Amino acid sequence: MEASGHSDAAPHTGTTIVAVQYSDGVVIGADSRVSTGRYVSNRASDKLTPLSDFVWLLRSGSAADTQLVGDYVRHYAEQHAMELDREPSVHTLAKLVAQINYANKAMLVGALIVAGWDTARGGQVYGVPVGGTLVRQRWTTDGSGSTYLWGYLDSEYREGMSRAEAEELVATALALAASRDGSSGGLLRLVTVSSGGAERRLIPGDQVPPFWDELPAPGKTPPVAGEAMVEA
Amino acid sequence: MEAELNQAVSLGTTIMAAAYDGGVVLGADSRTSTGNYVANRVTDKLTPLTDKVYVCRSGSAADTQNLAAYVQLYLHQHQMELGGDVSVRTAARLAQQIVYSNKAMLQAGLIVAGWDARDNGSVYGVPLGGTLLKVPFTIGGSGSAYIYGFCDKNWKPGMSEADCHAFVVKAVSHAMARDGSSGGCIRTIVINKDGVKRHFLPNNEILAAYGELQPPLPASIAVGGGGAAEMSP
Repeated sequence: MEASGHSDAAPHTGTTIVAVQYSDGVVIGADSRVSTGRYVSNRASDKLTPLSDFVWLLRSGSAADTQLVGDYVRHYAEQHAMELDREPSVHTLAKLVAQINYANKAMLVGALIVAGWDTARGGQVYGVPVGGTLVRQRWTTDGSGSTYLWGYLDSEYREGMSRAEAEELVATALALAASRDGSSGGLLRLVTVSSGGAERRLIPGDQVPPFWDELPAPGKTPPVAGEAMVEA
Repeated sequence: MEAELNQAVSLGTTIMAAAYDGGVVLGADSRTSTGNYVANRVTDKLTPLTDKVYVCRSGSAADTQNLAAYVQLYLHQHQMELGGDVSVRTAARLAQQIVYSNKAMLQAGLIVAGWDARDNGSVYGVPLGGTLLKVPFTIGGSGSAYIYGFCDKNWKPGMSEADCHAFVVKAVSHAMARDGSSGGCIRTIVINKDGVKRHFLPNNEILAAYGELQPPLPASIAVGGGGAAEMSP
């Protein structure tokens, strides 16, 4: 039976993912759109996956591949934590993700970010792009929507931002990408990880102040430009 | 190497134009590439169509040079018959007609901007397929992808000439930092009722797009030693 115009493309997290190190930890964020060809198969997906209480995986690329990588590394992380008798370090889990990506590079399509907090080095962001590189960065972004963000993040990132500044930066970046990238959209999910643990936030798509050429969501009072998107 | 040098000469490029209250600012990088070789690192991609209307060129260097030459010629003849200043709209429409009619053969992404007495400063985008769209500002070329976020966030209507110029220079710098096909120096032009002013920012005066180079971060747990040697967060 021919599906009317929907391709048989594998579910793909079109996606925008962003991770930023701030003074006390990291703020990570993602959009929520999963596309199968042009059809949005999930408009409220969760691309932020905990590998441990303090280390998170941001997934973009093939939904299937990245889910499996996350599952494997979460499994290893649990065992590792039992043997260590403490929380695993961010670097260790990032390296595990990178090693799986690299060893199976011919088969996997996963552009990943691992970010979190540990006692040794505080907040850390590790980029694990397609191919299996591992590189620590102060901030990074990936997924199809990331293209549109490099200039904005280059210009706005500051060393040692506060939590509120970092959250606003990530939320704005995601909103900008979702506005320009057809494969990104829906709602914005944020997680802030610091010494106190991980805290999830949700920003519905219609609570984003419209940009210069956008119309506000119909039927609702539009949010005021300049007001913070993330409630303190 | 042979195959490299026989590749089409392309304006990898970042181009943009923005209207402010009283005129327009045009900006571009200066890199022309032939494959990986930078054939011209000081290119001028801002080409006059009439004395108060300029075009920013991206895509195939050959196509856009010839297209600009044709438009210059026709507009010159038009001006003789008109007996007055050619409008920006006319210039943009003419460029668009040529792009649209030859869309299968041309690779030209253009931005036409200038000043005329009726509409003051105007900016028209003429992207690859031959659309014509009047806009308050627009960006183009391969480097533009990286600054959509920056421009969407930082653009505001009613900027002064100085603010608009600073916005264009900053945006082009950020695009050049991330796009391998854009680079060199930044050329800008300001057009208003008083005329045309060219500016040139050499490469060594472009502010590093992401601040000073940061010291490398410690990226692995130190091997050996007590572990307590690391700083606490």
